[in-house]
Amino acid sequence: MSAEPPPFEILEHTADVGVLARGRTLADAFAHAAEGMFSIMVNLDGVRETEQRPIAVAARDWPGLLVAWLSELLYYSDVEGLLFKRFEMQDFRPYALRAVAFGEPVDRQRHELGPGVKAITRHILEIDEGPEGWRVQVLLDI
Amino acid sequence: MTKDWKQILKRVDELRWELPRSFKQGMRVPGRIYASEEMMDVLAEDQAIEQVANVAFLPGIVGFSLAMPDIHWGYGFPIGGVAATNQDEGVVSPGGVGFDINCGVRVVRTSLREEEVQPHLAALLNQMFRDVPAGLGGSGQVRVNMQEIDRVLVGGARWAVEKGYGWPQDLECIEGGGALPGADPTKVSKRAKERGLPQIGTLGSGNHFLEVQVVDEIFDAEAARVMGIDSVGQVVVFIHSGSRGLGHQTCQDYLEVMEVAADKYKISLPDKQLACAPLSSSEGRSYLAAMTAAANFAFANRQLIAHWVRQAFGRVLGRKPEDLGMNVVYDVAHNIAKMERHKVDGKEVALCIHRKGATRAFPAGHPDIPSKYRAIGQPVMVPGDMGRYSFICVGTERAMAETWGSTCHGAGRMLSRHAAKRKLEGVNVAERLAQKGIMVRAQNRAALAEEASEAYKDVAQVVDVLHDAGISRKVARMRPLGVVKG
Repeated sequence: MSAEPPPFEILEHTADVGVLARGRTLADAFAHAAEGMFSIMVNLDGVRETEQRPIAVAARDWPGLLVAWLSELLYYSDVEGLLFKRFEMQDFRPYALRAVAFGEPVDRQRHELGPGVKAITRHILEIDEGPEGWRVQVLLDI
Repeated sequence: MTKDWKQILKRVDELRWELPRSFKQGMRVPGRIYASEEMMDVLAEDQAIEQVANVAFLPGIVGFSLAMPDIHWGYGFPIGGVAATNQDEGVVSPGGVGFDINCGVRVVRTSLREEEVQPHLAALLNQMFRDVPAGLGGSGQVRVNMQEIDRVLVGGARWAVEKGYGWPQDLECIEGGGALPGADPTKVSKRAKERGLPQIGTLGSGNHFLEVQVVDEIFDAEAARVMGIDSVGQVVVFIHSGSRGLGHQTCQDYLEVMEVAADKYKISLPDKQLACAPLSSSEGRSYLAAMTAAANFAFANRQLIAHWVRQAFGRVLGRKPEDLGMNVVYDVAHNIAKMERHKVDGKEVALCIHRKGATRAFPAGHPDIPSKYRAIGQPVMVPGDMGRYSFICVGTERAMAETWGSTCHGAGRMLSRHAAKRKLEGVNVAERLAQKGIMVRAQNRAALAEEASEAYKDVAQVVDVLHDAGISRKVARMRPLGVVKG
């Protein structure tokens, strides 16, 4: 039996950074994409789960939903200074989701920070299903 | 798979390459890239040239899909891309501006010599690092509420000066006077404003920076003198930042609008990130009004940062910033779309100029540049990487004729962030810079490798290509003494 592929990988791009996330279900892949995004901003090992935020977004299609989901998380990150490390999908359907994101406020002393993510691009955005589950690819503007 | 670009591109001359329309069906105009042969080898390794072709699909595009020598793979537009669309059938594309609307560079001069600043450099950087928050989780010193932010979006740098952050004469040395007309705060979403509120007066992360630099070569003494750059050894400050979360969210919001609009107006494009709408449509007009508002936010942001830089110099050196001669040399946007008047086939017409990682470079005599620069041309600020040097150039008539009055914006990345980290594994970048006499203050020292010299092209080659091509002329070169990063 082959080893389970990692939940996400970081993709190289000259100016920005991509995330390739996988999951048994599309909902899992979306959660892993979010984890991948925050892993660029902070070493997730050092992030505690002291806060949680309910997230609800809807869109016109799956790529739109992925962009809306990650953008919503960035919004909380900018406005409330939160960094999330774990995501529980509560309801996931075409093309809407409800989830809870767990994390804590940025601590500039304790957290090992990386660059901030400015936005979610649609360039090279891909969502597909293979024999081993779902795969989503997204490029983030740094 | 990498394409053999040198087979595909037609060489026009030493520094100009043409991407023929036949390269990809649907290109409305050819592409044109400014680069030396050596740079072309680096360029051919990512998808930047493919993106030059994609931009040529935009309805109403005029002339060429242009790329400056600092071009590299972006999202939608290449970074270093310039495109003009005509007022009647043309479109506006948020991807041609980018998420960081009016990301740009401001240069502040001083009357100080390197030897006067050197003993205070550490204190100066510490003060700036405290007063201008950088990196994730840093919030600004100025608190604005939801009513006040609308005034920022209309007033731009003028709003900041009226609040006491800066000098009235700063405004004439900012592109568009620091407050572009046509901004409509009602077209900017509440979420964008919420993201902007805590971030006004902050630097951000990634490639944004504050640098204390010293002039180390002057190429055009007369132009330099007009800018207040008198001699080698003089200290100047470079500020690189943009519209922060407010701009990012505005672009994100309008990409959604444009995706629907592109379907509605039956515009077919090879990349969703290029989604656009006719300039004359309600979607296009709304985007321009919102984008202009976000651009004004960025001008206000750089105005606040410049104010705290002046305060830091004043406090540390024990003299008033006025007595230190800390005038703004110029402030330019390098991610923006603007309606401008240009000549097409001998006739003056209104065009929407998209500059994505490119800088306006108007020539001497142009009415849109401050009177003090009318004789030399508009100053163009071209930052390099933090280990080498930056340049100040001026725009030319040739830029007007060939590139819609545009030139490069910086060095341009060459390595991805991860590749840079791998290459510099085990290297203490801050220490290595210290050995070169460059002091660094960074919120995140581990990420400095991502911004090290190795990650960037040599900006001297970039400005030389444009100097030799007659697009922008070199005026002075500066090297860094101290760097503040996110």
